[in-house]
Amino acid sequence: MSRVLISARGLKIRFGGVIAADGIDLDVLEGENLAIIGPNGAGKTTFLNMATGYLRPQAGTVSFLGQDITALPPRTITKLGIARAFQIPQLFLDQTVLENMMIAAAAHAGSMSAFRHLLDLPERKEVEDLLDLVGVRAFANRKAFELPEGQRKLVDIALALALKPTVLLMDEPTSGVASGEKLGLMDILTSALARQKVSSVFVEHDMDMVERYAHRVAVWSSGKIQVVGPPAEVLKNTEVREHVIGI
Amino acid sequence: MSGRLVSRLIIAAAIVVAAVLPIILPSWATLTTLILAKGIVVLGIIILLQAGQVSFGHAMFFGVGAYTIAFWGRYVGPGDLLLFLLLGPLIAMAFGLLIGLFVVRYREIFFGMLNLAFSMVMWSLLEKLYAFTNGADGIRVARPTLAGIAFTPEAFQYVLLYLTLGLVLVVSYGVQRYLDSPLGHMLRAIKGNETRLEYLGVSARKILLIGYVISAFLGGLGGVLVATAQQIATPEFAYWTKSGEFVFIAILGGIANAAGAFAGAAVFETVRFFASAQLANAWQLILGVVLIVIIMFAPNGLIGLRNRRKAQAEVRP
Repeated sequence: MSRVLISARGLKIRFGGVIAADGIDLDVLEGENLAIIGPNGAGKTTFLNMATGYLRPQAGTVSFLGQDITALPPRTITKLGIARAFQIPQLFLDQTVLENMMIAAAAHAGSMSAFRHLLDLPERKEVEDLLDLVGVRAFANRKAFELPEGQRKLVDIALALALKPTVLLMDEPTSGVASGEKLGLMDILTSALARQKVSSVFVEHDMDMVERYAHRVAVWSSGKIQVVGPPAEVLKNTEVREHVIGI
Repeated sequence: MSGRLVSRLIIAAAIVVAAVLPIILPSWATLTTLILAKGIVVLGIIILLQAGQVSFGHAMFFGVGAYTIAFWGRYVGPGDLLLFLLLGPLIAMAFGLLIGLFVVRYREIFFGMLNLAFSMVMWSLLEKLYAFTNGADGIRVARPTLAGIAFTPEAFQYVLLYLTLGLVLVVSYGVQRYLDSPLGHMLRAIKGNETRLEYLGVSARKILLIGYVISAFLGGLGGVLVATAQQIATPEFAYWTKSGEFVFIAILGGIANAAGAFAGAAVFETVRFFASAQLANAWQLILGVVLIVIIMFAPNGLIGLRNRRKAQAEVRP
């Protein structure tokens, strides 16, 4: 059986009158791509925020490889091996795409030099390969703010990959990407994840993507997990079809 | 001619002017030293501005540098400029580390105001501890030796000028290297997206603290040089208007690179020098108008004017 990487137990959080997590239990297993689906406001992003230390749950624990990470800040959790890509790309807009990526690579390698040129670090080759992989190499020397939204999204994911994480949490990786390019992106992404042995969790609204790329899918509904299982089974579930997919 | 070459030629020309002009016009020797020394302090402001943070209290480190040499003269005895140039910045760095541990927890207006508060505490102490500091009268700074050699006042102003010019070159090179390094880019990333920086596993506070301590070092260095040139250290060195002046010069010159600090300081000190001679108390008015013009027409400062021309040249087919 696969090793459990991230384990959430009894996570609860409430924002005023809204219960965003009401007893979330979930394991993320080694080698899997776990999809999270559910209607808007069901608490999917909140789960990612709690798993990465951005929000502290009011009850419950998150552990990573057996270590309790509930109260740790994002940077510490990141260093342990959980990287995150965002729904709205979070880039350093005034810096070039290559500089963005090299900052990530330097952070991962611990190259905190004050004298070496950022772009002369030995990680440059790897970083350029990563940009090639996600298809934004042509934008390497453009400032991040000049990029169209879809390309920013790719850089956002590439930034997370540059950290060589054990688990990558992605919030709607294909939103903002042109619909004709979604499949291509997910093909590239999932094969890159498999090659680098990175497990992933991704929030997704496109059921086609879930069916194709997820090994398991967890269905969120009003702060609870309704059902978890292989996409083939879960997506046939009548309740899920009615409430989440809307058929 | 490439834009880069032109930039280098302009910088080389500026260095030659700074080195040669005071020989032709001796009255410019001390003024040029002051321009260069203040430019060093402004480099520190520019470092913090990379992270999007403005310190309205940075003159406190300038004051620490100046009073290091003043206290040495008063309580220890005659000293050597090389020693002061080491000691002043190091003590300023120590202060920077201590104060930095508090202020790097805050951003923007809170960062600026907390710095202001610390500097006002220092200014008050310098004013009120009369027994130690002579209060508002300040402490006279005797002309130090350099590497054990004593100079006449006339010779010393040139010695100090060329020493300062040398330090400017070293320090500018160092700061530019720092801004291009991973640490420098992470500093800019604080302005760009602090959340993402944390999600790359980097402590933004630590990165800002490193920048803050370097900028305190530069403040201390400038303080030693100015106190030596003016032969006095007064509480004014640490007063908030002095802090404002450094920020003013940074905005005037442009914060994109090290050259902006010196371009800004040159214009500021020259305008002040001539306007205060010709127009008595109207120099603030003139500088105010200059800054308004800069902000409206060249928001990236004097250096930005040059960069804008470069950008236009690149766009041309």
